[in-house]
Amino acid sequence: MISRYFRIFLGLIFTLFIIFLYGPTFSILVLSFQGPEGGLTFPMRGFSTFWFRSLFDGVGVIDIWGAFARSIRLGLVVMVLTVILSLSAGMAFRRHFALSAFLFYATISSLIVPSIVISLGVALEFRILDDFIKAVGVELQIQWIMDDFRTTMGLLSSGLGAQLTWTLPFGLLIMFAVFNRFDPSYEEAARDLGAGPWQTFKEAVLPIIAPSLIGVALFGFTLSYDELARSSQAIGGQNTLPLELRGLTTTVTDPTIYALGTLTTAVSFLAIAVFLSLFVLLRRRTSKSIAQEELPS
Amino acid sequence: MLPFKRHIPFLLSLPFALVIFAFFIVPLCLVIMVSFWDYNAYSIIPDFIFTNYEDVFYGCVKSLPDLCTSFATYLSSLKFVFIVWIITLVIGFMVALFLSFCVNSLQMQVVLFLLCTIPFWTSNVIRMISWIPLLGRNGLVNSTLQNAGLIDAPLEWLLYSQFSVTLAFVHLYTLFMVVPIFNSMMRIDRSLLEAAHDAGASTWQTLTNIIIPLSRPGIIIGSIFVITIVMGDFLTIGVMGGQQIPSVGKIINVEMTYLQFPAAAANAVILVMITLMIIFAMTKLVDIRKEL
Repeated sequence: MISRYFRIFLGLIFTLFIIFLYGPTFSILVLSFQGPEGGLTFPMRGFSTFWFRSLFDGVGVIDIWGAFARSIRLGLVVMVLTVILSLSAGMAFRRHFALSAFLFYATISSLIVPSIVISLGVALEFRILDDFIKAVGVELQIQWIMDDFRTTMGLLSSGLGAQLTWTLPFGLLIMFAVFNRFDPSYEEAARDLGAGPWQTFKEAVLPIIAPSLIGVALFGFTLSYDELARSSQAIGGQNTLPLELRGLTTTVTDPTIYALGTLTTAVSFLAIAVFLSLFVLLRRRTSKSIAQEELPS
Repeated sequence: MLPFKRHIPFLLSLPFALVIFAFFIVPLCLVIMVSFWDYNAYSIIPDFIFTNYEDVFYGCVKSLPDLCTSFATYLSSLKFVFIVWIITLVIGFMVALFLSFCVNSLQMQVVLFLLCTIPFWTSNVIRMISWIPLLGRNGLVNSTLQNAGLIDAPLEWLLYSQFSVTLAFVHLYTLFMVVPIFNSMMRIDRSLLEAAHDAGASTWQTLTNIIIPLSRPGIIIGSIFVITIVMGDFLTIGVMGGQQIPSVGKIINVEMTYLQFPAAAANAVILVMITLMIIFAMTKLVDIRKEL
């Protein structure tokens, strides 16, 4: 057993850890409301929304709102694909199939191979593809390729791919955790009642695991929205918000960057809140409907 | 009976597998391939040469015992790996211990666990720069210490230093330790602890004889995450080190901006090999798949 004093000690450590986790972000939040005279550090010189207004007027030459829109768009695409692909693969992994062990280890490797290497690889892949397309264009005298073709790299090609190598492993691991705890007797019951494979999936499996899919979606969206390392070399000409933000850390020397930080953190928190509420809501509904059906009528 | 029923699991995994193939396996193979290519200022040229690898270690053996740039960089990365690993392991273990054994209601456990997880879903860059107002020359820490009369001049080593890089790593990645260790601890049969208590075990004995051995898989998985992330990092070291501290990831990054892809690829291959060696040593100790 763990003694009382040690428990108190652990409680203290935990509290300090939480302060350590949230404290710095909180300081940014406060400083983004710095008065117009204020600088990058405390003390606060008044309280204003001056820096938010300066943010809305734009930061230098960078199109912050364009980057913001691109990040949201990419995040949503990554989210949808992560949910669908992880769910489908998660179902597959419940049985043994050809190359299943290989796919599993490849997925885990995708999570732990350094991001810069993946970014480099994806960049190379699209660069070589570009060179190939250009060569074919010249060879076959295809006019539009010779005149207009620039690159296949972009937000929704190389950028999307690079981010999926980061979100899919998380999605699959969550699906493993879900199906390890899944009671197959619900499926058997559905089958005994004459449901086909698709019906079994739709009527029995999906409602039970739906809350976990919300969890996968949360990972898909937030990890993409904040992703930096893997997209850094593979995003093409137009940057996402985190990439612009990193550039700004060296050039912007006033609290505008804190205002931007507060704003993007607010978006993250909003997303987390929405997903978590959905999760709670769905789970309550599922457990209620299961409980109802188990009651003798 | 559908004729292809036997293949359903394979077909279901296919879209996922194709993405992993196209954006992970192929790029990785290309990195290896291009590391043997030649290049000039404008383009990369298919070839089979070892020059890129020789360039990485150019003059390294001759200059021993002085360290060449590559050795110094790898050593610097390994040093960060080791320090960050120890700190995140100790903190992560204690946090997981608190969550799994000192919080009694499941609901409270979920809430506190989420509290630890939420920052993971927010921006890393923001979490890094949020240290600036605290650690800078005129930051909160320096001004507090100066007002208290503890120091005369602001401490320079707080920001853009090895200290701030380490701090940021711990801040960003301790969660990668907490989650797997917590997961392992939650699977420990509680009656074991009671048995230990009945047999008169002290807290220390319970920890070393039951909890630590049984959370070993979580500890190893968490360690793999932290070690590989720190090993390949270039953003945290860049931002928090004030672009002054070398790292392997940063070398690759710089070479890419100069379009020296084959040189970057050679560095990437070496980086992956070293990372793989560390992971291989660790996976010998645990089967990840059974632990979820």
